[in-house]
Amino acid sequence: MLELKAVSKRFGGVVATDRVSMQVRQGEVHALIGPNGAGKTTLVNLISGGLAIDSGEMLFERKPLGNLKQSRRVLAGLARSYQITSIFRGMTVLDNLALAVQARSGTSFSFFNSITSERRLFDEAASIGEEVGLKAKLGSISSTLAHGEQRALEVGLALATKPRLVLLDEPMAGMGPEESARMVALIETIRAKVTVLLVEHDMDAVFRLADRISVLVNGRVIASGTPAEIRADPAVKTAYLGEEAPA
Amino acid sequence: MKRALAVLLLAVALPWALEYFDRTFYVSFASRVMIYAIAATSLNLVLGYGGMISFGHAAFVGTGAYAASILFVEGVTSAWIAWPVAVLAAAAAAWLIGAASLRTRGVYFIMITLAFAQMAFYLVNSMKAYGGDEGLTLTGRPDLGFSLGNEIAFYYVVLGFLSLILFLLHRLARSRFGRVIQAMRENAPRAEAIGFPVFRYQLACFVIAGAVGGLAGALLAAHGKYVNPGVLHWTQSGTLMVMVILGGVGRLWGGVLGAAVLLTLEHLVADYRIGWLASLAPNYQQHASLAVGVVLLVVVLFAPHGIAGLMARKRHA
Amino acid sequence: MIVEQGLNGLQFGLMLFLLAAGLTLVFGIMDMINLAHGSLYMLGAFVAAALVQATGSFAAGVLLAIPATGVLGMLLEVSLFRKLYQRDHLSQVLATFALILIANEAVRLVWGSDAALPMPQALSGPVELLPGLYYPAYRLLIIAVGLLVAVFLFLLINKTKIGMLVRAGASNREMALAMGVNIKTLFTVVFGVGAALCAVAGALLAPLLAVQVGMGENILILAFVVIVIGGIGSVRGAFVGAVLVGMVDTVGRAFLPILFGAFLPPQFASAAGPAIASVSIYLLMAVVLFVRPQGLFPARG
Repeated sequence: MLELKAVSKRFGGVVATDRVSMQVRQGEVHALIGPNGAGKTTLVNLISGGLAIDSGEMLFERKPLGNLKQSRRVLAGLARSYQITSIFRGMTVLDNLALAVQARSGTSFSFFNSITSERRLFDEAASIGEEVGLKAKLGSISSTLAHGEQRALEVGLALATKPRLVLLDEPMAGMGPEESARMVALIETIRAKVTVLLVEHDMDAVFRLADRISVLVNGRVIASGTPAEIRADPAVKTAYLGEEAPA
Repeated sequence: MKRALAVLLLAVALPWALEYFDRTFYVSFASRVMIYAIAATSLNLVLGYGGMISFGHAAFVGTGAYAASILFVEGVTSAWIAWPVAVLAAAAAAWLIGAASLRTRGVYFIMITLAFAQMAFYLVNSMKAYGGDEGLTLTGRPDLGFSLGNEIAFYYVVLGFLSLILFLLHRLARSRFGRVIQAMRENAPRAEAIGFPVFRYQLACFVIAGAVGGLAGALLAAHGKYVNPGVLHWTQSGTLMVMVILGGVGRLWGGVLGAAVLLTLEHLVADYRIGWLASLAPNYQQHASLAVGVVLLVVVLFAPHGIAGLMARKRHA
Repeated sequence: MIVEQGLNGLQFGLMLFLLAAGLTLVFGIMDMINLAHGSLYMLGAFVAAALVQATGSFAAGVLLAIPATGVLGMLLEVSLFRKLYQRDHLSQVLATFALILIANEAVRLVWGSDAALPMPQALSGPVELLPGLYYPAYRLLIIAVGLLVAVFLFLLINKTKIGMLVRAGASNREMALAMGVNIKTLFTVVFGVGAALCAVAGALLAPLLAVQVGMGENILILAFVVIVIGGIGSVRGAFVGAVLVGMVDTVGRAFLPILFGAFLPPQFASAAGPAIASVSIYLLMAVVLFVRPQGLFPARG
């Protein structure tokens, strides 16, 4: 589904992404882990199109992504959620999701007809809202939501674009155990419909969800394989020295 | 909707009322207010609804004004030709400037629109063939098949345009496009990340706003039968911004309220002498901008949603 | 003639640099749009004119005007600008635009629409730079002062602790805050220095250009173009940008009409020449932005 070949990116003197090669197979949940500053979010930015790569190649569904704009990648089925919540705070949850549905359902160069006449948009938005557990909050202004609910909306926005591959950037950031459990359950329900590249620090969640794991350290992939393989890998253990070791 | 109709009725009745009270001079003033309302509303679209802080909007108003005036001077006296051309010219200018500016963000965007507007100002200023820095005086107004020389006739034409613009803006704000633009105002990167090519939509908004601004410019030139480069100066852009914030950024009536309040205030200060104030500062009437500055500062600091915002809050309180 | 215009361009550019330096730091560190920066320049000129008249000495008047304007700037910062840092850019634009209106009228009330700051006698003659090459002494003074200030600023920013704080703040404000920098005082000082620099430029240019209400706005736009070209937050960028803009503008105005006249028929040349000359710096800005959208030396990575 997604293939990276020797992708590199540098910022001035800093090499953020160092000849990264990896593959995400269709239908799997592929986790990307690594210590802070390893370059995980940069990689997500590169894949989603928010940042341009310096060298290397990225293929999505066998087709090269090239310089494709971010909005185009989304329409092609490649969506992402943000580590730092980036929602439309002044709008209701329903409106947030409806916007994402609107993006993929026809042109928005429509100037006269009121959007409230488009029932289908809002029905779809409502069902996605239900899916991410925000049924009760559909009418609430999103800035009034609790942190965990905002993170759910964050993921919901990405899902509302009906992607085939979704990049989840630390969806459980700042969540307590209960909220994390809900997020894990959510990812479990969506994995049937969409391939997931999951960037996370929460090791419990990672080992519970992931089919395969890639480990990123200093911008380079030092290991890639099944959870069992990663657990046993000495290089990974060294990299995580001082960090919470997988049980 | 009911409020809007009431206002419209009042506006339609106004010239008759003024005639009754023997104050027909104010018909011309009212037309001027409405023309500025159109200009301010066009800025409100790009600034208030779209979130693009364009400091060069006067360039589009000026382009429209000059396009219409140049056509008139060259013998094209029909507004049916001149005004659409003015709108198209302004739209073209907006397309060019927008395409160049909208790839930048934040501070850069503001500065660039400002710089381009100044560029337009200097270009127009150096057009000796059409008045240069002295401006261009027109021998009359273009006609719409019927003469627009009559102030009351002109008033109704302007009222017609303003009503149409407000109605269209009302629809636009609720449309798909309006949704997208307002979402981009709030969080453009996320809009891009859910599949909207931000540049394209913002450019469209910019062009629409510029086009309407051009219409206001054409009307302005016809109203005063005069145009000069000052119309494009960045301080004019500033004045339009003052109107928008005074009236209410991103609110339907923002442009109308702002233009009405500002121009009325200016007129009152200039033409009506307040005795006790005059004894303190005999020349106070020449310093009207001081009052404008203070009012603007107060509004920005304490009532950032402008008059429309205050009114909305009162309704919900 | 070329050398003369070149020097004029340098002189103008250096004065632009004084304005741009303060402006770019305010933008870069405080992320604040200050349209009233030009008003500080105007105030510097008017205050200097008043002081020169009061003291009868050019040097005294100018030298006193500088700290006076600096203090005024700091008062402004503490009383008003602090409220604006947290606000959105639009509010900053409008509030400082309001300040321009207020400043212009206030100056008009106190001093009238114009003031005069005559060139000091001692410097009103030409100096022989090279055999046969004469250049006005006063303009040489401006160039000298401009270069001195540039060197001083360079040392201040790159070699002192305060300078390091300023640079840190310009490139990454959050990090500077996290490092425990006293942001409030830093801002006030930066603003005060910026105001003082405006006063230097205003006072020095006063004998050459007219001292009048509204002089700030014209030069403000140029200063903005300079920092857009140079890169927001970078004093080095402001220097390079200012000299570039000063040169292009001055040399352009002097030679473009001639150039056009040589190649185009007269009726085009007489219109096109001055027109293109007056917009030459905006074209420069457009070109720079096309190649380097962040300016030549962006402070932020």
